[in-house]
Amino acid sequence: MGEIAISATGLAKRYRIGVRRDPYGRLSETLWNAVTNPLRRRGSKDRGDDFWALRDVSFEVPRGSVVGIIGRNGAGKSTLLKILSRITEPTLGRAELHGRVGSLLEVGTGFHQELTGRENILLSGAILGMKRSEILRKFDEIVAFADIGQFLDTPVKRYSSGMKVRLGFAVAAFLEPEILFIDEVLAVGDAEFQKKCLGKMSEIGKGGRTVIFVSHSMPAIQRLCDRAILLDHGRTVVDGLTHEVVRRYLESGPGQTGSREWTDPANAPGDDVARLKSVRVVPSGGGPTEEIDIRLPIDIEVEYWTKAPGDLRPSVNLHFYNDEGVCLFINNDWNDRDWWNASRRPGVVRAVCHIPGNFLAEGRVVVTAVASTYNPTIVHAVEPEAVAFVIVDRSEGDGVRGVFTNEFPGVVRPMLGWRVEQVSETVAGRG
Amino acid sequence: MVPVGRGWLFLRRWAAGRVYPKRSQFSRMLLSENPKTGSGSGAWDGQVVVLEPHHGWRQLGLREVWAHRELLYFFIWRDLKVRYKQTAFGAAWAVLQPLLLMLVFSATLGQLHNVGPSNLPYPLFVFAGLVPWTLFASSLAGASNSLVSGEAIITKVYFPRLLLPFASVGSFLLDFLISLGALAVVMLYFGAVPSLAILWLPALTLMALITALGVGTFLAAVNVRYRDVKYVVPFLVQLWMFASPVVYTSTLIPDRWRTVFALNPMTGVVEGFRWALIGGQRPDDLIIVSAVASLLVLLGALIYFRRVERTFADVI
Repeated sequence: MGEIAISATGLAKRYRIGVRRDPYGRLSETLWNAVTNPLRRRGSKDRGDDFWALRDVSFEVPRGSVVGIIGRNGAGKSTLLKILSRITEPTLGRAELHGRVGSLLEVGTGFHQELTGRENILLSGAILGMKRSEILRKFDEIVAFADIGQFLDTPVKRYSSGMKVRLGFAVAAFLEPEILFIDEVLAVGDAEFQKKCLGKMSEIGKGGRTVIFVSHSMPAIQRLCDRAILLDHGRTVVDGLTHEVVRRYLESGPGQTGSREWTDPANAPGDDVARLKSVRVVPSGGGPTEEIDIRLPIDIEVEYWTKAPGDLRPSVNLHFYNDEGVCLFINNDWNDRDWWNASRRPGVVRAVCHIPGNFLAEGRVVVTAVASTYNPTIVHAVEPEAVAFVIVDRSEGDGVRGVFTNEFPGVVRPMLGWRVEQVSETVAGRG
Repeated sequence: MVPVGRGWLFLRRWAAGRVYPKRSQFSRMLLSENPKTGSGSGAWDGQVVVLEPHHGWRQLGLREVWAHRELLYFFIWRDLKVRYKQTAFGAAWAVLQPLLLMLVFSATLGQLHNVGPSNLPYPLFVFAGLVPWTLFASSLAGASNSLVSGEAIITKVYFPRLLLPFASVGSFLLDFLISLGALAVVMLYFGAVPSLAILWLPALTLMALITALGVGTFLAAVNVRYRDVKYVVPFLVQLWMFASPVVYTSTLIPDRWRTVFALNPMTGVVEGFRWALIGGQRPDDLIIVSAVASLLVLLGALIYFRRVERTFADVI
């Protein structure tokens, strides 16, 4: 301990957005530019469409520690990992890596569909930096870990996606670098296998290896890392103990609060037809919104001012997103038929959306509030990421996941009705 | 290196772990005892990797390629494995390609007066030129496409990018060895017996490889940004063939243009090949000019490649 494995100072990465939009530049354009504008240096600074994916990131990682990198989409996590694993160069700054480096940015790096499992183990292992003798020594273990058995000599293109993932991870799991970079690879595979991988990775950390681990999965980060770095818009926001950084992450960014209120209509989002007054998350029983038990029903209350004449019918709709930006569902207040058909009067209106307990999945939910009229459809007020709350599942046995404590995928987790019964007492073929 | 003709078998057994090649004294001296490069493909052992922006020209990076040669063999092995998967004729295509061209050229150009030398059967003459030419043409095409088709790994893992065009060229060496066997059969048929000059063959082959490597590496790097290369290459290869004395003899070229003609490295390769196998006047002047030209092409290509290499992952 104490010895530095990775030190980064002022790392920054610039992308040219123009280049990104048209990655396959055309020779003719370059030639034409050279002819029409021979004095201008190529790549000079007058384009103004630069995008800094990473800015001034510095940190040091002592040998043997496991550091998590977290942040929302586009925060610069992957860019940082690509720089550290030497796939791309930093635009500014410098980093030093002390030791043999391995990177695991996808599962099954270098796999070729036409080659067999056996051949791909060799190939992928070599591409990831293993020596041939090393791969051969670990070959049987890799096959056993991947659990692909009799398909070892079948072309990988005939594998199920699960088998491919297992094989890819198995190769990677036996890498023995001193420094390992891992990107989000645990987001794939079935729960049982993920558990196995996490186990294998904790082993890696305990083996005195330095690991940088990027993930969206806070449980995985919390389980594996003693320290975490939170990135936002390419910059370091916090660098510290994992649980503190994770808490900051869950609190940070727009739409972190469970309650929004606009006291002055002049500053409130909207127009004269509908102007938002407040948006609130109200868990049943009125508890805090940072952690709402998955079993509790939740009300989302929206109040708005309206000066609408009777035939314009402002209507509130709510858009629910999870932490990865996936839209879970949209709902609209026209489900209150009586209100929908009633004539409207100016003033303040309150619309309450009721979400039953045992319906949303674990994690952070962000709500965008909208007020619009239809026929024609006009959006009058929008507040993106107006409120947010966090659903937790305490796995106490009466939720949807029952006593199952592993990863439980799905963007919602509704408690659905089941009916199970014994149909007969004979087993087929046995009489 | 690998004994001629057993290359494929060797690679197969090597990759499957059944061969443990003895390292020569020379390479041991050069590599494993060198603490800076470590041994085998693990190029970072005990070394500090510094990541920082590079500007302008860099070293050629051949040392790093050498340190990763195990991975280079794996890439060659993969290319070979994949190339003839799901083909009915398999590696026979290595022979069929120059053979069919020989038939076509013999039936057309061969009928013309003075295209080939008067003292040689035209089919033998043209086949002896087509064999090295095919090595060059396929290597060039393969190498120029190697980075683009390796996009998936370039964006996911670090290794010296030069390995990809190098491996592409290397993988066609086996095809070449097979077609060399076919050439031996054709020579036997026409009763041509090679002299000791045949010992020059490896050097001439190397020259063809160096040229293919040079042009292929350059085009591969350009291809990353400008996919126009895909359309340019077939055209370029065709044009280049007629600019080289493959289907006609270099004696058709006026003397004062010979040196200019030899600036095309394939001129020396093709004429040298015929001389080494069939005999005749040794084309010293052509070979020397071509050899220098091929080395310059490779050097220029490597310098360019290293300069743009750092942006590959961003623009590919």
